[in-house]
Amino acid sequence: MSEPAAGSRVLRIPALTRVEGETALRLRVHDGVVAEARLSIYEAPRFFEAFLRGRAHTEPPDLTSRICGICPVAYQLSACRAVEDACGAVVDGQLAALRRLLYCGEWIESQTLHIHLLHAPDFLGHDDVIGLSRSHPGHVERGLRLKQTGNALVELLGGRAIHPVNVRLGGFHRTPAAAELRPFAERLRTALDDAWDTVRWVAGFDFPDAECDADLLALAEPGTYAIESGTPTVLPYDRTLPPRGFPLRDFSDHVKEEQVPHSTALHSRLDGRRHLTGSLARFGVSGHLLSPTALEAAREAGLGDPSRGRGAAGGRTDAVCRNPYKSILVRAVEVLYAVEEALRIIAAYERPARPYVEVPARAGVGHGATEAPRGLLYHRYTLDAAGRVTDACIVPPTAQNQGAIEEDLRRLVQAGLDRGEDSEAELTRLCEHAIRNHDPCISCSAHFLELEIERSPAPPR
Amino acid sequence: MTTPATSRPPSRPRLGVFKFASCDGCQLTLLDCEDELLGIADELEIAHFLEASSDIAPGPYDLSLVEGSVSTPEHVERVRRIRAESRRLVTIGACATAGGVQALRNYADVEEYLAVVYARPDYIATLATSTPISAHVPVDFELRGCPIDRGQLVEVITAFLAGRRPGVPDHSVCFACKRRGNVCVTVAHGTPCLGPVTHAGCGALCPTYGRGCYGCFGPAGTTNLPALVPLMHRDGMDEEAVGRFLHTFNVTAFTTVEEEGPG
Ligand code: SF4
Ligand code: SF4
Repeated sequence: MSEPAAGSRVLRIPALTRVEGETALRLRVHDGVVAEARLSIYEAPRFFEAFLRGRAHTEPPDLTSRICGICPVAYQLSACRAVEDACGAVVDGQLAALRRLLYCGEWIESQTLHIHLLHAPDFLGHDDVIGLSRSHPGHVERGLRLKQTGNALVELLGGRAIHPVNVRLGGFHRTPAAAELRPFAERLRTALDDAWDTVRWVAGFDFPDAECDADLLALAEPGTYAIESGTPTVLPYDRTLPPRGFPLRDFSDHVKEEQVPHSTALHSRLDGRRHLTGSLARFGVSGHLLSPTALEAAREAGLGDPSRGRGAAGGRTDAVCRNPYKSILVRAVEVLYAVEEALRIIAAYERPARPYVEVPARAGVGHGATEAPRGLLYHRYTLDAAGRVTDACIVPPTAQNQGAIEEDLRRLVQAGLDRGEDSEAELTRLCEHAIRNHDPCISCSAHFLELEIERSPAPPR
Repeated sequence: MTTPATSRPPSRPRLGVFKFASCDGCQLTLLDCEDELLGIADELEIAHFLEASSDIAPGPYDLSLVEGSVSTPEHVERVRRIRAESRRLVTIGACATAGGVQALRNYADVEEYLAVVYARPDYIATLATSTPISAHVPVDFELRGCPIDRGQLVEVITAFLAGRRPGVPDHSVCFACKRRGNVCVTVAHGTPCLGPVTHAGCGALCPTYGRGCYGCFGPAGTTNLPALVPLMHRDGMDEEAVGRFLHTFNVTAFTTVEEEGPG
């Protein structure tokens, strides 16, 4: 703790934990009012967009997976889609189904990791999963089991859970025989029970009232809960405005990145407004397309009934959850959904004739977006006639969410201060929990939290 | 952790996990040891592991696992501090052991890289290079891989607890292929493969899935790289492609092998 210049007080509070990557939070409090909440991402820049230039068009999937060890499949598949778009290749049928199956594995594994190991300790007053495992051993064991099933699915299709090796442009290096996949269904059926129990467990947590006033942005795909493809769709915060979509190729016209002095991550805004991607956005945009079991789980968890109130004109569903604390509930429902999807895909699987479709190089610009566990992940590549990458642009979910997270923090800290929660320990706990609500993946930025509170005048000691 | 409810003696060795420039994948490998995680937490006091715990205890640490490469001025200072506070320091992964994919900047103009990625490069503090931990402080053991292998990580921790050297062999991926009964992708299909010169640890994953090894574990202990290059040319790779193949996930690691010839 240091004493800076007249009238203000700067508090340094231990760093933000249980997020991936490195971040600092600086709060400026003036006369009991939060004047500023600034999330500083100080992860070392890693320059992926720069060194992708000059690479062959086959290289972005393996290379960009190294941006994030928590959601490598999301990077691999967004990269594949963008390059395939530039080259005019279409991956469909069983190959597309296998990609969705691989992605389901990552959703199960990554969302379960966040629920049990990173986020649940906040609700139950623990520092970490080890503490949690002493008070709630059965729940932690279930979480580890579920996570292991997700990892095992990614390993089955991808070779390993972190930076899978089997994904390539146009599909896979090797596709499994149906007989290799079928036995996995047994394990998924146990996972289905575990996923149900997880929904019921987290539904019993205490959720403070809160609302995130940001537009929600997620991919939408007709007839299915979008994961590995879709069209960007916005659910405005203002409920009188209808949802709107835009073609993926126009992404950069709508989502504009700007650099701010306090962060190595770029901030972005959607049509000039704050926006949020991730579980809450997906649930708002596509909740009505969940499977019957996942819909039942959502209702049971108190998330409303996403299947009602969605008119033919794409009207609004009556279940748009904007409480960031409840994102853990939506995540639990999404895990259940992903397990069911995996079962469905495996049951319908027939080995395709060829493991991949050819993606011949040609000059062009390609766009790809998928729903990473933490939200919409966009890639764009420009290729020359030989298929060399001449320009690359990658917009990860956390960079998009940062503005909404800061606003969320400002409001939650203000509410905390108004309730008289004024100590360093209380504010740190509050902020950390609030940030983890959004499951930020800070490594994305090519990007841990140190809380610094500057108060003027200084509170009584 | 906070007031352990178990009857563990307070003298358990203290573990620190630290991150530099990286994707978090190697530390995630520790969280992916689902079957061993709670056991490890029984044997070791997790004193510092930001990705996993809000309970941060100051050093000294008995075992420090370091992920990521040194790529900012702050990193240079911090890695020295961590070394000074650590009895054993083990690097985990290609970033910490060889500079990682971000070492691709070492051959480029970083000012220009900054300009490509950021509109206001002056806000960003970075070094022109991304270097392994061993370029800055003495390292007790280097675990390879991008990402590291779970089994090898558990071996490193077990060996530390037993007070012995980790049993991580430094032969090549080819050995693992033979053990798995894979058909050689280069011999049978003319697929370029770095397996003959790449450090074992993955269990020959890529060839098992029908693709050539792209070297994510870095160079094996004994290699004959000059004998492999003509094969890659035969299989359709020009000089530039071979260069990119060898120098992407372990940017500089194969360089010494290339220069020194057969090891
Ligand atoms: S070595 Fe690879 S997996 Fe490990 S932190 Fe670096 S980029 Fe990630
Ligand atoms: S075969 Fe090579 S590239 Fe593939 S996982 Fe193993 S070491 Fe890495």
